[in-house]
Amino acid sequence: MADLTTDFVGIHSPNPFWLASAPPTDKEYNVRRAFEAGWGGVVWKTLGAEGPPVVNVNGPRYGAIYGADRRVLGLNNIELITDRPLETNLEEMARVKADYPDRALIASIMVPCEEAAWKAILPRVAETGADGIELNFGCPHGMSERGMGSAVGQVPEYIEMVTRWCKQYYDRPVIVKLTPNIADIRKPARAARNGGADAVSLINTINSITSVDLDLMAPEPTIDGKGSHGGYCGPAVKPIALSMVSEIARDPATYGLPISGIGGITTWRDAAEFMALGCGSVQVCTAAMTYGFRVVEEMKAGLSRWMDEKGYATLDEVVGRAVPNVTDWKHLNLNYVTKARIDQDLCIKCGRCYAACEDTSHQAIGMSPDRTFTVIDAECVACNLCIDVCPVEDCIDMVRLAPGETDPRTGKVVKAEPADWTTHPNNPGAMAAE
Amino acid sequence: MTETMRLDGIRAGRLGPEDLTRNFSDLHPRFSDHEALVAADRCYFCHDAPCVTACPTDIDIPLFIRQIATGMEDAAARTIFQQNILGGMCARVCPTETLCEEVCVRQVAEGKPVEIGRLQRFATDSMMAAGEHPFTRAPETGRRVAIVGAGPAGLSCAHRLAMLGHSVTIYDARAKPGGLNEYGIAEYKTPGGFAQAEVDWLLKIGGITVETGRTIGAGLALEALRNDHDAVFLGIGLGGVGALGLEGEALGGADNAVDFIAALRQQDDLTQLPIGRNVVVIGGGMTAVDAAVQSKLLGAENVTIAYRRARDRMPASRWEQDLAASHGVRLVFGVVPHALHGDDRLREVELAYVGPDMAPTGETFRLPADQLFRAIGQKLVAVEGIALEGGKIAVTGAGRTSVEGVWAGGDCAAGGQDLTVTAVAEGRDAAMDIHASLTDGRV
Ligand SMILES: Cc1cc2nc3c(=O)[nH]c(=O)nc-3n(C[C@H](O)[C@H](O)[C@H](O)COP(=O)(O)OP(=O)(O)OC[C@H]3O[C@@H](n4cnc5c(N)ncnc54)[C@H](O)[C@@H]3O)c2cc1C
Ligand SMILES: Cc1cc2nc3c(=O)[nH]c(=O)nc-3n(C[C@H](O)[C@H](O)[C@H](O)COP(=O)(O)O)c2cc1C
Ligand code: SF4
Repeated sequence: MADLTTDFVGIHSPNPFWLASAPPTDKEYNVRRAFEAGWGGVVWKTLGAEGPPVVNVNGPRYGAIYGADRRVLGLNNIELITDRPLETNLEEMARVKADYPDRALIASIMVPCEEAAWKAILPRVAETGADGIELNFGCPHGMSERGMGSAVGQVPEYIEMVTRWCKQYYDRPVIVKLTPNIADIRKPARAARNGGADAVSLINTINSITSVDLDLMAPEPTIDGKGSHGGYCGPAVKPIALSMVSEIARDPATYGLPISGIGGITTWRDAAEFMALGCGSVQVCTAAMTYGFRVVEEMKAGLSRWMDEKGYATLDEVVGRAVPNVTDWKHLNLNYVTKARIDQDLCIKCGRCYAACEDTSHQAIGMSPDRTFTVIDAECVACNLCIDVCPVEDCIDMVRLAPGETDPRTGKVVKAEPADWTTHPNNPGAMAAE
Repeated sequence: MTETMRLDGIRAGRLGPEDLTRNFSDLHPRFSDHEALVAADRCYFCHDAPCVTACPTDIDIPLFIRQIATGMEDAAARTIFQQNILGGMCARVCPTETLCEEVCVRQVAEGKPVEIGRLQRFATDSMMAAGEHPFTRAPETGRRVAIVGAGPAGLSCAHRLAMLGHSVTIYDARAKPGGLNEYGIAEYKTPGGFAQAEVDWLLKIGGITVETGRTIGAGLALEALRNDHDAVFLGIGLGGVGALGLEGEALGGADNAVDFIAALRQQDDLTQLPIGRNVVVIGGGMTAVDAAVQSKLLGAENVTIAYRRARDRMPASRWEQDLAASHGVRLVFGVVPHALHGDDRLREVELAYVGPDMAPTGETFRLPADQLFRAIGQKLVAVEGIALEGGKIAVTGAGRTSVEGVWAGGDCAAGGQDLTVTAVAEGRDAAMDIHASLTDGRV
């Protein structure tokens, strides 16, 4: 059995699955039940400064995007940070940590961008025995209007400054949680590292409006006829999160900086993908909010089984393994030539590949009167669209032309040695091949 | 099993009103909104979809399903009605398992087709329940067309002609319009008076007069219709039923299945409809299955369908055979009726085994029978002066008969399967041809 124990910047947990800072981690009752259900750790719902807590709206705070049969694909929320008093949260955290010493308990914090505010809260968090803190520079709605959350996360200088304060006034690991609502995710990550952060976590939610009520003519969720943008999360955001994680993982300026992966993780496979791109732990919110705490069972069992199959004994062997294969477009091998191949035995003759290729791609699929669909090699550019729209898994395959074969589309013989754009004759800035 | 089910003879009230209501309720109720979305999502929106080709009325099935999937069932209904104005009835009665759903790529791939029939019902019901008619009539052309028969063929033809601005009069022998929709289709496929509601809804197009109790050949002459109208369409179905030609057929209890079903469909209080304890149905088509299943639902204890050929030759689809079997109807193959026994009334049916060539093997056996239904096919009652082909009205092109200015379609016309949807298609196509001829091709 693969060993799932996790050591993330010195924070230990029996498995890499943590609940992200959000409603599932809002209070003692939830967190105890989450630990009983098997979660390796939690990032407690974001704490605010001492004093009267923030208030939430009293109308709907979520909106959803559905797939068939109302499967939740994306969730949007306008919830703020915890609306319970700081003291209550701290007491509960201390009690839970004492009872579950083997689990990771991390405090998420968001206070105004003033040194005094951070200096005030950090010792109190430390007293709870929490294993570390996560700085919420991500929340894109409500709190950002008050100069916190993503309003900080969008200014690298602020990130660096606040991170530095935290490292100064707190002696346990500091994780900086990044907002995806920014043009280049590497900038805030570099700022976090420069400020001394032990790790970054990402992504927080993405600015979003779920839908528009066409009768009320108002965005949804709608509160008394008005709506506000919220933060998007769930399966739909995973590709965005993966890309951002990979950019930080391979940026020389942040290379090796530990990453806690967040964004749409719903199954063990999602988690494994984040880990392959460099995440030492993963955090989950929407999947737990959709299906309850029990999903962690599937995640743990699946990850462990897959690692056994692959012969990976520990998570260290998985984390970052795919990073060397993430590259720039200009380095992709242009001498790798493939053609679509339709397996006639598997084909159910729906003709979707035909419609897609004929109407919107390269007119590279022929259709006979008896509905046999065949690829015309002389036209196929190997774009993959036919495979993407084919309802039958593995029915269409991409077959590589061996070196020495002639590509009927270009009339050129396929070369064995790779060549990319940097040396391509059409590239005005190309360097000479040799 | 109630006490009354064990009473011999043909009698009413074998089951109480509650059982009967349950038994004759909707076989496939309308999808709920969510069910429809899930079912619609299974459609792959195939290119040049096989289901469209398989539908005799060429409904753009992928399009209407996509319209359901995007929450526009009224737009979906319009897509259906454009091709098939009786799309509501067809959604209920079409043997989809041998039409659109049989060739659905998901049927071929997984044995589970997109539920096209039920999705069609979902769409058409919503528009019809709202009482909305999707089409408006073109300006009056002054042309007059007579239609004989208010079954699916006649109604479809009438609607299309009226929509194009012609004035239509439908003559029908029966008391109510609808043809077999009203008098033939199984009750559980179209409960709740749907057939009449559909006729009323269809007539909203305007320009159509219905005259019931008017029979061609009995008071109404084809010649007179031709003289008074610019064109005539015959959609008279198959009114005749063959006899078995057996000894004992005159005994009480040997009935015609179509008449039994018609009586059932017109009976408001099914506790008043008599049925035998032991029923034998002779035949192998839809009528045989419907008669047998409805006998069971009325409370007959033992019901047997006796068909002369092997199962794979049975005209009733496998789905219908299974429907019968699931209601406890026994299916016997390779047998023909040999004799009817009984003194005062029918007591037993004697069946004889036959080979594939229909030659008797010499072996016979008897089944207890209080009632026997003949479902051995309907026949055309010929109209004088019209040429026939294989016992039906000979037609060329879109239903042109041997007589100038007279078209025919539906069951009475040669070619095509005897199905509601085929009748609708033929009525519609004849209407377009009539329209072309009345307007000298200036469609
Ligand atoms: C018991 C039974 C069950 C069936 N079940 C199904 C089913 O589930 N699905 C399916 O698709 N098909 C089914 N069919 C077949 C289907 O009902 C017919 O194919 C369809 O009704 C044919 O339509 P039509 O308009 O040609 O004729 P009909 O529906 O028979 O209508 C003919 C009309 O013409 C009138 N008429 C007849 N003669 C004259 C005359 N001389 N003068 C004036 N009017 C006249 C009749 O009164 C009748 O109203 C079934 C048939 C039967 C008998
Ligand atoms: C209702 C809701 C409230 C959230 N509140 C917080 C919060 O207080 N602090 C925080 O750092 N992130 C918060 N998040 C963001 C999540 O922690 C997480 O980053 C995001 O949902 C992406 O992960 P997921 O796709 O698994 O849900 C919240 C998310 C949701 C849905
Ligand atoms: S890979 Fe692209 S170009 Fe080639 S057949 Fe498929 S859709 Fe057409």
